[in-house]
Parts: sequence; C-alpha cells; structure tokens
Amino acid sequence: MAKHETPFLDELENGPWPSFVSDLKQQAEVRAKNEKGVEFQIPQDCVDDLLGVVELSYKHGRTHWKHGGIVGVFGYGGGVIGRYCDQPKLFPGVEHFHTMRVNQPCGKYYSTEYLRQLTELWDFRGSGVTNMHGATGDIILLGTTTPQLEEVFWTLTHDFGQDLGGSGSNLRTPADCLGQSRCEYSCYDTSALCHFLTNEYQDELHRPAFPYKFKFKFDGCPNCCVASIARSDMSFIGTWKDDIRIDQDAVNKYVEKDPAYPANAGAHKGRDWGPFDIKKEVLDLCPTHCMKFENKKLTINTEHCTRCMHCINVMPRALKIGKETGLSILCGAKAPILDGAQMGSLLVPFVEVNADNDYEAITEIIENIWDWWMEEGKNRERLGELIMRQGFQKLLEVTGIEAQPQHVAYPRTNPYIFWKEDEVPGGWERDVDEYRKHHLR
Amino acid sequence: MAFISTGYNPAKPMENRITDIGPKDYHDFYPPVIANNKGKWSHHEILEPGVLVHVGDSGDEVYTVRVGGCRLMSTSHINEICDIADKHCDGYVRFTTRNNIEFMVDSKDKVEPLKNDLASRKFAGGSNKFPIGGTGAGVTNIVHTQGWIHCHTPATDASGTVKATMDTLFDDFQQMRLPAQLRVSMACCLNMCGAVHCSDIAILGYHRKPPMLDHEYLDKVCEIPLAVAACPTAAIKPSKQTLANGTEVKSVEVKNERCMYCGNCYTMCPSMPLADTEGDGIVLMAGGKVSNRISDPKFSKVVVAFLPNEMPRWPSMTDAIKKIVNAYSNGANKYERLGDWAERIGWEKFFSACELDFTHHLIDDFRQQAYMSWRQTTNFKF
Repeated sequence: MAKHETPFLDELENGPWPSFVSDLKQQAEVRAKNEKGVEFQIPQDCVDDLLGVVELSYKHGRTHWKHGGIVGVFGYGGGVIGRYCDQPKLFPGVEHFHTMRVNQPCGKYYSTEYLRQLTELWDFRGSGVTNMHGATGDIILLGTTTPQLEEVFWTLTHDFGQDLGGSGSNLRTPADCLGQSRCEYSCYDTSALCHFLTNEYQDELHRPAFPYKFKFKFDGCPNCCVASIARSDMSFIGTWKDDIRIDQDAVNKYVEKDPAYPANAGAHKGRDWGPFDIKKEVLDLCPTHCMKFENKKLTINTEHCTRCMHCINVMPRALKIGKETGLSILCGAKAPILDGAQMGSLLVPFVEVNADNDYEAITEIIENIWDWWMEEGKNRERLGELIMRQGFQKLLEVTGIEAQPQHVAYPRTNPYIFWKEDEVPGGWERDVDEYRKHHLR
Repeated sequence: MAFISTGYNPAKPMENRITDIGPKDYHDFYPPVIANNKGKWSHHEILEPGVLVHVGDSGDEVYTVRVGGCRLMSTSHINEICDIADKHCDGYVRFTTRNNIEFMVDSKDKVEPLKNDLASRKFAGGSNKFPIGGTGAGVTNIVHTQGWIHCHTPATDASGTVKATMDTLFDDFQQMRLPAQLRVSMACCLNMCGAVHCSDIAILGYHRKPPMLDHEYLDKVCEIPLAVAACPTAAIKPSKQTLANGTEVKSVEVKNERCMYCGNCYTMCPSMPLADTEGDGIVLMAGGKVSNRISDPKFSKVVVAFLPNEMPRWPSMTDAIKKIVNAYSNGANKYERLGDWAERIGWEKFFSACELDFTHHLIDDFRQQAYMSWRQTTNFKF
C-alpha cells in the first residue's frame, strides 16, 4: 500500500516509454519489504515521500524544493547539491534530499561488479534513486541526508577508489564521446585525454577558484556526439589535416547498391528513399562541392574540404578519416544566462594530441586561458562572456596565437577598428601647434 | 535506523581522508572485444533499429543493442541492468551521452537472446523497461533536467514532460523513417542545463510573472548587488522598503515592464520566488544542432511562445511536437536536419507547414543581436 495517493503520477505509468513513476514505485516497495535486510541510514519511506512531493507539485504546478542548500564534504568546495523540501512535515522522508555527483568513467563503460557496489552503497546510505547520468556526465546519487555525506564519500574513496564530481565555480566534471573505443571516426583517444585532464586538474575541479563554472568536453570528430561545441567552455573536437582515405572498390559497392554497403550505415532503413544516388546524396550535398565521381572513381579536392563528415558518414566503409590527426579547440560555449547563448568559437584550428609529453600543447592553452579568465573574469562571468567583453583579439593575445582567417565566419562589417599605438608610425602623442602650422584655424 | 559509521571520525575529519583521486580508470570497464580493438575499428552498420555492429580491422565484431533509459532510475533498475549484462554481456554495459543504455555482445548469435530478454521486461504499470531503439534517422532519448523531482527554479517538470513526449514519439524511437536523426531535449527553466539551445526540438520551462519580493527577509538572505547584477535586462535596482510594522529595510525594486521572468535573480536570491501555477508553462524551440555535418552547428529558435503546464500529460505540448515532427518528416529531404529544412523552405513556410501560430513573442528584441534576426531582404514567400 503506497504511503501517498498519486493520481496524477499514476497516469504516467501508462504508455510504452519506461515510466519513472513505475520505477520509483518499485523502489518504494523494495525499500518497504527490505528483503535484503538493509540497515537504511535515511528514512525507509523516502521514495514514497519523493513520489508524494512530486505529486503535490503536479497538483500545484510549482516546485516544492526550498531555494539552494550548501552542504559538502571537508576538503572540497563542491560535489554535493544540497536540497530541502519546503513541506518537511508532510514529507519527512525528503526533508533533506541532497544530490551527490560521482565522477563517471570516460565513455560511461561499466562493469556490473562496480555498478552493484555503487547500488549497494546507495541503498544503504541514500534513497536508492539516481540519474544515469547528469547532463555534464556525472553519476548522480539523488537524495540523502547531511550526516551521510562524509560516510558515502569515505566509502567511495576508501573502498571504491572513486571520487566526487564537480559543482560550483570550478572545473566541472569533464566528459567525452566514446571515441576510439567503438567508433572508426574518432581522430584521437577522447577517453585518454579526458581522463588525463580530469586527473591533472583535480584541484581545480574540487576547490572552486574560478570566477564561474568551466567545462571541458571531448568529441572524437565533428559529429560532436558529446555536444562539446554547445556545452563546454573549452571544446576539443577531433579532426585531420591530410586526405580522406578513399577505397574506390568500396565506393563502387555503394554505387552498385551492394546490400552490405547501405548508405549511412543503414540509418534510413525505415523508409524507401529510392536507390542510393552518389551524386544526389554525397556530391551535391558536400558543402564545398569539392568532390567528383567520374569513371567509377571518386576524387576529393582536399584543399577545399572542411571535414564536415557528411561523405564519411554516408559511406563509412569507403571513406576514412585522414592519418594526420589532431584536434581543434573551440572556446566560450554557454547557455543564455546572462548575455545570450554561445557556441564554441574556433581558437586553435589544429593541435597535436600527444600523450607521450602529457598533452603539453593542450595544457599550455588551457592554462593560459585560465590565467587570463581567473584574473579578468567578473563574478559569475563565463569565459564566453569575457571574450565578448574584452574581445576575441585578447583571447588570441593571452594564448599567443596569431590571428588567421579561420578565426572568423566573416570579417567585421563595421570599421570601428582598434590599433595598438605601436602599430601606427609616430605613435599617438602629437602637438596640435605643429598641426596648426599647416592647417590654419 | 541506527547510525552506522564507515570509520570516518567526525572529531578528526581530516584524518585518513582520501582526496583528488578522480574517476575510475575506464580501462577497468572495457569488454574484452572493445579493449582488443580500440582505435582499430574499420566500419559499422545499423542492422535494425537499436542494433549496431562494429567491425574491427582484425575481423572482430561487436554487436550493440541500445535501449531507452529514463535517466531518473532506481538502484533496483540498475541492478536489473546488471542482471542482463551478467547474463548476456559478460558483466559489461555502458550508457550513452543521451542516457540510453547499451548492451554489447561479441557475436551475432548472442543478439537475439539478448533482444528477446530486453523486450520481455515490463514495469508493473505496463511500460517497457528496456525498449530497443534510438539509432539512425529516428527519435532518440530526450536529454533532460531535474524538474520538480529535485530543483528549486523549474517552471515545469522534466521527467513528466519527457515521459509524455516519448510516449507520443515512441514509434520513431523504434523506427528509422525520418530524414535525419531528430534530437529532442528538455530543460525546466532557461538556465538550459543540457541541450535545449542546440536541439532539433526543445521543450523549455518558462515563467510569465515577475518575481515576488520577500522584503522582510531579502537583505538577510541575499547579497543585493548579486541580485541586481543577475538581471540581463537591468530591471532590478536596490531600494529601501518600509515594512508594515514601520521598519525600514534594504531590499530591491523590480521594474515589471523590463522583467522577462528569466528567474536568474531567484537563482541568486531566495527572497525573489517567481513560480506560479497559471503563469508557468512551456516554450517550444526548434532547428538547433551540434554536428558540423553539411551545415554549421545551429541554435534552436523559439517557435511556440507558450503552452500551459497541463499535468500529468501536457497534451497541448505533445500535440504541437507531433505536428512539427510530422511536417518535418513529410517535408524534409534525406539527411536534412530539422533546422536545415526550416532554413531551406524559410521560416514562414515552417510555420504554415507545422500549423503553428506566429506571434509577436517570437521576434527577437534582446540587444544588438535582435537586428540580425529580422529580415533585411525582399526575399520572402507569401
């Protein structure tokens, strides 16, 4: 028998998509029966009360969580999101309902042994409710009380070798696409770089020292499966410099409609789009029209290719990324608050990804940007907004990067151009009397 | 409920504390076929909705079965995922960047038993626990936020709107009949945690009333300059207020006609709540993307200025989404993302094709960038 009636939420048990309500009800029941004999460290009926408070929100059309909440573990300035219910008498099981962010492994691969350790801990010391995963990447343990925070952290670090993720004005938990682990497009080992930088910058992740939050994301190619270009202050996107590798026999297999060579790896199998047409589906859609198919031979004018991935995506068995690989760095992506949404802007067109020297070329750029933003960034000003306020040129200056046409979608249209004084012969110190000798008043 | 200590000593909190160890090493979690072929994959194919095969240069194959996950999940559900992974996948599983779950096996004959097992599992209420799909040119999982489950600033619920939408679009999760993949995302306020600003279709929680001011407490709990600086339209200024008992307190004043209800002042100041039953609801956006394929990444644009919160199933919202998906599916060319289609036919035709009203709310009026969104040409369609 459920603790609270939930007529609104009950409606969300219908339909084919997995129902979070059914899952929460199942969890409430598991806790009520407690067949495993867990010595619950937070109220046994917390999931019932979670359903109750959400039902009340469905009735009111308003949230029932109090503003904010500052809790955590000693030594760190973030990692835990405090939360308190605004109706604690009605729902004592969720009076405290803090979230712990747990740093996920790169690529989000798991062994069941590890996941079971985690669920056992969370059943014991938390609500047994999670998010798999938070939008930034963390494993989210949703709902526990303040006294349990240090205990959970102790078990995570001592028994699991596992740390918390980030929150607050710091480096947040980095995340990557699955990269070379299971994708032939990946231009570098996203997981290796993500893991290295997460460990390299643990201090910046756990102890807020920045003007505001800062995110890293790592995409293996311009398809952007982890959306780094939109969702990270520094976006690392794999690319290559040399030719796309073409297997002409395989190209002709696509053209001949060999069933083992479906266009776009079969992504459009659910509708009849007609027979594959290399001209219509590849050549004519190439954004730079740098491809030709003549006499059963595909050629690509590499000089004009912008590596958008379309032809490779359409014919993955015939076209491969180049061999001279690296990544591009784009900066400044953010959501609208305060001055409007931004996507990452291209800062470094190409940089090598070299694990042997601890990614020196990449860490240097990161640290130059941090030095600048930490000094100049205003309170709660994202990197993208600092770039807007002080100018893209300033970003180039602090990173020691020469301006190049690749840095713009188009050159400025207004002529409000600043010059540095030393760029102008004679400087700015002038004598108006000298001027008047030649130009009478 | 006796407190059980791990060994942590609150009297000596820094003793035996372990810090800065970071995430677990991903190498510990790779299935053998992944570890053996990493960086040496030749190609892949989507065999059917939800089922992928990757072929290594070595000839090794890995078959992936992708299933929907509702992101908010219990340990019971995770344990069930583990049971499946133990039974079929040698104890390995992964999650995607859109919170789907992927089970991998290293030979084709293991795929059918896995699929049958997944498809057979239902929740007590009847919904699928592990619907197979989310690949290719279809609809995949909805990236979403906390909503009324856990957040203090939402204008709508995340899990509920997502469940209602995924039920409506469920056929397209299990099919690949669209012109290109269609990414739907959801955020319960315009902080836009997640991907609302860059998705094909986006659901956004929105307020329509300025904050209430809890003058008695404001100066006690808020850093007033931060609340002032939090406003993108400079609608907030410091002020002195006289309470009913005659006490004069420091507080703020909000110029209501300059407020567009973003809620950022409430994020900074607990004495400025703004949630409201009738005022709050949904904005729909469309046409964003993050990939660089053919066209550049795009921001999503506001296409429906307001739909009411209609708990528990948000029918006006799901109807509008269905109309957009249908019009896109019927109108777009192969490989065209929703935003590519809308830009090709022109947004005026997007609104007629989707049968959506165009209202003054959709015209940008935020600073200099607004001008760039108006039409400086005679090229338009009637």
